[in-house]
Amino acid sequence: MSESIIEESILSRPTYGTLKIVPGLAHYFLADASGAECVIRVVQELPRDMMEKVHILYVPTPGEAALITSLYAVGAKRFEHFPTIEEAVAKLGDWLSDAKMGTQLYLAGTEGLVGQGVAKGEECGLDHTAVQCEHRGSLARRVQCVHCKTMIEDVTTQPVKCPSCELLLFVRDHYSRRLAAFQGVCINAEDPTEEIEIKEVFK
Amino acid sequence: MTIQFKDESFRGDFSYANSPSNIPRFPFPFPEDEYMYSTNIEPHHAARAGSPFENAFDVDEHYVAEMKDRALVLAEDPGRCQALPHMETAGWDFVELVMVSKARDYPDLFKLTIDGDRWHWINKPLQIDDTFTFGDSSTLPCHPMEYIGRQVQGDHAILDQRDGNLWLDAGIITAQADWSLDFDVGMNFFEWHAPVPLAHELGVFQRALKFLLTLPQGQPSRRLNWTLTVNPRLDTSPENYPKWGPDRMTVTPENIGEKVHLRVELQTFWRLPRSNAILFPIRTYLMAMNEVVTQPKWARRIHRVMRDLRPELVEYKGLSRYHPILVEWLSQFDDGAPTSPGIFPD
Repeated sequence: MSESIIEESILSRPTYGTLKIVPGLAHYFLADASGAECVIRVVQELPRDMMEKVHILYVPTPGEAALITSLYAVGAKRFEHFPTIEEAVAKLGDWLSDAKMGTQLYLAGTEGLVGQGVAKGEECGLDHTAVQCEHRGSLARRVQCVHCKTMIEDVTTQPVKCPSCELLLFVRDHYSRRLAAFQGVCINAEDPTEEIEIKEVFK
Repeated sequence: MTIQFKDESFRGDFSYANSPSNIPRFPFPFPEDEYMYSTNIEPHHAARAGSPFENAFDVDEHYVAEMKDRALVLAEDPGRCQALPHMETAGWDFVELVMVSKARDYPDLFKLTIDGDRWHWINKPLQIDDTFTFGDSSTLPCHPMEYIGRQVQGDHAILDQRDGNLWLDAGIITAQADWSLDFDVGMNFFEWHAPVPLAHELGVFQRALKFLLTLPQGQPSRRLNWTLTVNPRLDTSPENYPKWGPDRMTVTPENIGEKVHLRVELQTFWRLPRSNAILFPIRTYLMAMNEVVTQPKWARRIHRVMRDLRPELVEYKGLSRYHPILVEWLSQFDDGAPTSPGIFPD
């Protein structure tokens, strides 16, 4: 999978780098199927005795098994996989609650996964300099409806209809790290009769 | 000084209006005949008796009605008041600053008696008479920021300072010009200003941040910001955009003078002593165009400012639908005569 290119945008919109192992006492990884190969790439370069310090959480695409096998094969101290980002991030929180100084967190995959991993790391008191992110895969966005506060996952269209309050939302580039979400604001609030074409834009 | 507090509304029948004597003290935001962003910060010194710059926290005829509107917003949406866990000390700094300032500046309205850490606070306009232990939040009915935020006009954000940046880590925000505290809480200075066009490129925020990071205690600063709002509605939050957005469709050449309001924010900046945070009050003043044009200097100037406003700002401030008819309507009050410098009426 090729590296994704995110166009230059406003200052609250996150940008991402490339995962690289830095010195640390423990290395925690969270990835989805798009980011699995990033984890394999960096972990494979580690000396064998370092694997005692590596902990991996993974969210596979439903029905996919090959990457689970590959990730298992890298020989991390702990490897667990979960069907949803939510469950994997909750587990990351459990792991980080026991983490010590010198912990490094590595996140790889779609923006929703990376964003929720960053928010969990921050919540658990990790300094932002101890968190690395690599974006891979779709540019689908996680969006908070500013009106009813519903979180809408995997948004690929502009605008998007809120499944809860049913308002048609313009997806802004304004991004909250705490919520791990872009902001969705009603696009035709001034004139609700206005017809707006829905286009696939976040691919 | 006695203030007659008005019984009025900022929603529904929109009975809000300025008394004739209140109009000349409006903080008109344009010192010149043209407008562009600038880091227009000046010391928050007492200036001009009777002006909104005379006291630390200006109290005017709208005080009681504004506090009622805030209570309505918070009852509907408690997320308008949020503080991250490390912001409690800053909340107490805010309590102290407001109580000490108001008791000093308006002794007929507010009274503070301090006996060690036992504080006795009387707020006559809101009929509050409370005794509490300073620094002990269990002796207040709510978070200290919320307690005092319900008693002072204007929205209040509290900015934590660390890593060479300011972080929007607490706020009580019920009268905002289209930004969401719930979304922005926890953001740094550049992140929460990210949606503002042009200003980043002009270096406005870099300069403002540099200034604010070194803001000393006891030397508050202020600036004015502005937009236009249809109807005198305080709560123009993004949360409620579907409620106030349609108002923009209702403006006609016939009703524009009463419908369109100049909305001015008197923003002040205060270094807080215990937390080292910055208190950022955003005090909103509303005045109908019919009231603005009663002052000939303001009438001429606002026509010129609106006529020459950059298209990006027309769009960002949400004026597009009625901007042309506003400029046309204002032109009848502009005879082309020169205007005097500064914001005060002649």
